[in-house]
Amino acid sequence: MASPQPRIGVVTYPGSQDDRDALWALAALDAEAVAVWHDERELPDLDAVVVPGGFSYGDYLRCGAIARFSPATAAVREFAEAGGFVLGICNGFQILCEAGLLPGALLRNESLRFVCRDVPLTVERDDLPFTGRCTAGQQLVLPVKHGDGRYLPPPGLDPAQVVLRYADNPNGSVEDIAGVCNEAGNVMGLMPHPEHAVDPLLGSDDGALILASLVDAARDRVLAAI
Amino acid sequence: MRATVLVRPKPGILDPQGEAVGSALGHLGFDVRDARVGKVIDLELHAEDESAAKAEVEQMCERLLANPLIESYEVEIVG
Repeated sequence: MASPQPRIGVVTYPGSQDDRDALWALAALDAEAVAVWHDERELPDLDAVVVPGGFSYGDYLRCGAIARFSPATAAVREFAEAGGFVLGICNGFQILCEAGLLPGALLRNESLRFVCRDVPLTVERDDLPFTGRCTAGQQLVLPVKHGDGRYLPPPGLDPAQVVLRYADNPNGSVEDIAGVCNEAGNVMGLMPHPEHAVDPLLGSDDGALILASLVDAARDRVLAAI
Repeated sequence: MRATVLVRPKPGILDPQGEAVGSALGHLGFDVRDARVGKVIDLELHAEDESAAKAEVEQMCERLLANPLIESYEVEIVG
C-alpha cells in the first residue's frame, strides 16, 4: 500500500503573508496542503495545522491579539486540545501565545530594528512531532524576519519546553529561546521560518527538517487511525 | 460614558522603546532618568453607572486590551 498523504491545513487571516509559502512547502514535502480561511468555524478533516507568519489584522494592539478571537483560531484551539499537531510560525507563534496555547509572549526586538537574515539555531528537543528528523544539539540555519520576536517566557517555564535556541540571538529573546512547545508537546511555535528554507536554492533547506518531521508525524496519525 | 485605559509595560519588562525615547530626550538636553512607553485607549460605552462601567472595562482589559504577562492596566472612568 502506498503511504498515505496526510492533510495539513494552513490558516489564512487577513494580513497573513506566508500562508502560500507554507502551503507550497508542505506540498513539496508530500503532504496534501489545505488552505483554511479565517472565518471557518470548523476545520476540515486535518491531520495537522500550520498557523503561518505575516501581520494578521495589521498586528493592531499587540501582534496576534486580534487573530486570537477569529473563528478559525477557536477551531485550531479545539483541534490542539484534542491532541492535534499545531505549528505556529512567526506571527502564528505570536497568535498561539496570545491564545494561551503556548506559554509566554513576544515583544519588540531589543534593537528596535526589524531583523531579516539567516540565523543559526540549536535543536534542544528531537522527540517532538516537529523535530523527529532533527537530532538534539544539531545546528540549523533558518531565516528570521520580524520586528517583534523577543521571547519572554512566563515565570517558571519548564526548560524542557524549549525546542530551539538561537546560536546568535537576533532579537534579545530571553535565554536565546527561538521556539517552544506546550506541556503536552503537540503545539509548537517558532519565530524563524522553516517554510522559507525547504530548497537549497533559497540558501538553506534546513526548514524541510522541521516541516517534514510534521508531515511524518501527521502521516503516522493517519496510519494509526487505519 | 467615557473611559480611559492606560496600558503600561510591567516593571522589570525591558522596554527598548522607552529607552530610545529616554535617550532622545537626553540628546535634547533634558535630564531624564527613565522613560517607559505604554498606550492609551479611549472608550465610549453604554453602562448603568460608573461602577458597572469600570467592571466592564476591566473585563475588556483582562480579555483583550492588556496582556497580563507583560502589561499592567489602569482604568479611569471619565463620566
